Amino acid sequence: MSVNKQALISRLRYAGVGVAVLLSGCNMEVLAPKGDIGADEKSLILIALGLMAIVAIPVIAMTLWFAWRYRSGNKKATYAPNWSHSTGVEVVVWTVPAIIVAILAVITWRSSHALDPYKPLASEARPVTVQVVSLDWKWLFVYPEYGVASVNELAFPVDRPVNFQITSDSVMNAFFIPQLGSQIYAMAGMETKLHLIAREPGSYEGLSTNFSGEGFSDMHFKAIATSEDGFKDWIAKAKAAQVTLDGDSYKALAQPSQKVPVSYYGAVTPGLFASVVNKHMGDMSHGEMPMDSHHDMSQAGMPMDMHHHEDGDAVSSNTTPTQAEK
Amino acid sequence: MFGKLTLDAIPYHEPIVMGTLAAVILGGLALFAVVTKYRLWGYLWKEWFTSVDHKKIGVMYIIVALVMLLRGFSDAIMMRLQQAMAASDAAGYLPPHHFDQVFTAHGVIMIFFVAMPFITGLMNLVVPLQIGARDVAYPFLNSLSFWLFVSGVVLVMVSLFVGDFAATGWLAYPPLSGLQYSPTVGVDYYIWSLQLSGLGTTLSGINFIVTIMKMRTPGMTLMKMPVFTWTSLVTNILIVAAFPVLTVTLALLTADRYLGTHFFTNELGGNAMMYVNLIWIWGHPEVYILILPCFGAYSEIVATFAKKPLFGYKSMVYATSCIGVLSFVVWLHHFFTMGSGASVNAFFGITTMIISVPTGAKLFNWLFTMYRGRVQFTVPMLWTVGFMVTFVIGGVTGVLMAVPGADFVLHNSVFLIAHFHNVIIGGVVFGVFAAINYWFPKAFGFRLNEFWGKASFWCWLVGFYLAFMPLYVLGLKGMTRRMNHYANPDWQPYLIVAALGAAVIAVGIFCTLVQFYVSVRDRKKLTDPSGDPWGGRTLEWSISSPAPFYNFATLPQVRELDQFWEDKQNGVAYVQPAKYEDIHMPRNTGVGVVMGAFGTVLGFALVWHIWWLAAVGLLGMIGAFIARAYDTDVDYWVPAAEVERIERSRHARLQQFQTTQVAPVAAPSRQKVA
Repeated sequence: MSVNKQALISRLRYAGVGVAVLLSGCNMEVLAPKGDIGADEKSLILIALGLMAIVAIPVIAMTLWFAWRYRSGNKKATYAPNWSHSTGVEVVVWTVPAIIVAILAVITWRSSHALDPYKPLASEARPVTVQVVSLDWKWLFVYPEYGVASVNELAFPVDRPVNFQITSDSVMNAFFIPQLGSQIYAMAGMETKLHLIAREPGSYEGLSTNFSGEGFSDMHFKAIATSEDGFKDWIAKAKAAQVTLDGDSYKALAQPSQKVPVSYYGAVTPGLFASVVNKHMGDMSHGEMPMDSHHDMSQAGMPMDMHHHEDGDAVSSNTTPTQAEK
Repeated sequence: MFGKLTLDAIPYHEPIVMGTLAAVILGGLALFAVVTKYRLWGYLWKEWFTSVDHKKIGVMYIIVALVMLLRGFSDAIMMRLQQAMAASDAAGYLPPHHFDQVFTAHGVIMIFFVAMPFITGLMNLVVPLQIGARDVAYPFLNSLSFWLFVSGVVLVMVSLFVGDFAATGWLAYPPLSGLQYSPTVGVDYYIWSLQLSGLGTTLSGINFIVTIMKMRTPGMTLMKMPVFTWTSLVTNILIVAAFPVLTVTLALLTADRYLGTHFFTNELGGNAMMYVNLIWIWGHPEVYILILPCFGAYSEIVATFAKKPLFGYKSMVYATSCIGVLSFVVWLHHFFTMGSGASVNAFFGITTMIISVPTGAKLFNWLFTMYRGRVQFTVPMLWTVGFMVTFVIGGVTGVLMAVPGADFVLHNSVFLIAHFHNVIIGGVVFGVFAAINYWFPKAFGFRLNEFWGKASFWCWLVGFYLAFMPLYVLGLKGMTRRMNHYANPDWQPYLIVAALGAAVIAVGIFCTLVQFYVSVRDRKKLTDPSGDPWGGRTLEWSISSPAPFYNFATLPQVRELDQFWEDKQNGVAYVQPAKYEDIHMPRNTGVGVVMGAFGTVLGFALVWHIWWLAAVGLLGMIGAFIARAYDTDVDYWVPAAEVERIERSRHARLQQFQTTQVAPVAAPSRQKVA
């Protein structure tokens, strides 16, 4: 018995080393985060896996061991043809997983609140706001504080929180930069929120993770985390673009297109993002659909944060303005 | 006259589709010719198509499921090949519009037209036999369920050659599935094929609940019911509770597409999130609908081949019931990234994890059934052990994604794809193959070939790990699902390995087909004269193989769990009654076939907006049903003399078999211990 156990343990150790080698052999972006949210999510994944391994590894080992040990050819093994109940075993097999799930539940509750995408990040630094619109099939990024916009590329300074306000002017997409952490859906007529921060400069892959039709596979963007100076330069580069994002140019941009190259808008009509959200809100936004009715963009709409979402109070967050209003 | 249907609807320009069409037509003609040559039409119509015998309906479900497995698997191979090729600047060989239909069809077919009919087929074949019933409660309804399911299958297959299929993903989230973004008939094919087969599923759910509640043999209380029947009961309760949600959700989507309403679309305040919620309120119970009967099959198999009673029967029943209830309060874990509040996400995450406790208890119970047993590594047992190991991995990754914070980076990635294939292949597919190998003799009277069964198992097992372990890694590398091509060349080696894995699985499927062929060829050698080829424990093994059409000549009296096993131990199994009685049986009817055919017409007409034809289809269905309602000749009596004749010859064969054996089948292992 003890020999068996030792052999088993050494086998498990080898298996563990093997998995580690296998995993370290390849570069896994999600497990190589470059920002706080991603880092927390990485440790959450590892803690959860570790906890589950407490049950999972013995179960796999026992399955193989019992199957082999009690094979019909092995007449040395005990045979108990009528044994089918043991209160002790039952208590253990219900209690141990229950305890692990209880621990995991506490971790889940805490981490769900700590990592709530709607929760602004605590930071001394002034956050950057980026308004994100998913279109068929490209990403539009609007910087309301700087009056610029870009397509399929966004930039932000490292160590400064980025507040994303996200919507869609088409079907559902999901906004995701794997190395920075959390993703969130982009949905028409609604504004979702995401708060991220980068700690290392770099150019990270961003993508839509929710299938949105024919051009979906090329719906990537570059997320450039850079220094304050680099960010200023990037804004200046965008400002230098002679194109203004107004009702007409937005309409042109919103037409379905694929593999759209990076481009910049040196100026943006204020309220554009709000009007994109409002456009899909049906009777709630009567007469306030500038893009459809060729009104001037600046007339657009109503105040956009209709989520009754107080900063820092993630519990009340709600992505359904239409429902919340009614 | 023909609505939206024109000759342009046939995709002449798609060589792959046309090649498939040619193959299907040639294969169909060959089959037609063979059936005609051997004058089998009458036999097929009388003995199979119009049959209301639950065993034959079960077999037909499984045959259709196997055929559709080939279709769904071809889609899988096409996807794996495309993704293995389309790295960096390469476009692969499937343009997006085709690729998008392929992954949609793969999901829809594998869930609705492979996994579901496998499960329904198994329940049909096994449940009445396990509870000592002569058929299901509503035999005609059972036949109707099957033919409605077939009409769904026909519609899906027609979509391949006339028009197109949905290119939206298998759950057809709006607004993408709305008219604005999916103007072709693809989503309509999706809707009507699911509505038809879904109606069949709901009806069969009702049928089985009544069967299990009302038709158990005397003495079989709920807590003496075999575990497979228990899991079937819970599954059918889930079906009846969940499938109407699917029906209504699809009906609302239909209204959006046909009547211009805006339940889920972007305009006029429509809200796609409602669809996502509703579809998953059906969708999550659905995965338990699939897995629970497989858990039941594993339970029967592990007890039979460990030569021990199932460890913790009661705990198994409670675990199953817990899972059934909990499966309705976890749906939101499919979209943590929608932006619900942290507390909502945490609630659904925790309920999801709680399901792992009863599931884990089940695994331990199977383990302790093997403990101090005499495990025989037959084909069903191999699938079971393979499942136990594989499912643990799938369970771990599932619980991991139940943590919202972890799901925020794993959602919709190929890690998720790896996870649900891990549980659906490792749980449902393995379970179905285990069950087919286990119960096949009861349906046909001979066992399946062991060698090819084992070959199939090993190919599936190795193929599964090769195909899906790389996807776990790719998910952690940030690869999302449903990509037609990708820019990152790092991903390609993993996708090539995954494609090789799919090829190994293909060999496994081929081995299964060879297994069927070889077994039919060698059926004399593989014959099961005793009706109890494995030393079984439950009632279905007490009758002959194949089971007589009336199942039980006299209803067995149950006093214990595993009554048949007890009877064998006490030497009172196979005792003939002093006197046989007339048996009341349902008569075959073609109304199910007719209603299914009109259903297909209705579905096709609705897809193409051919309103007069839709009226024909609907009136045909209603008319056939009314005709059936007025048919009073729906049953007959099997005379006692006939029953006696059949049973005498069964017992004569049994006796001959027993005298040629040294000892009764089930006894050897026990004797050696003593």
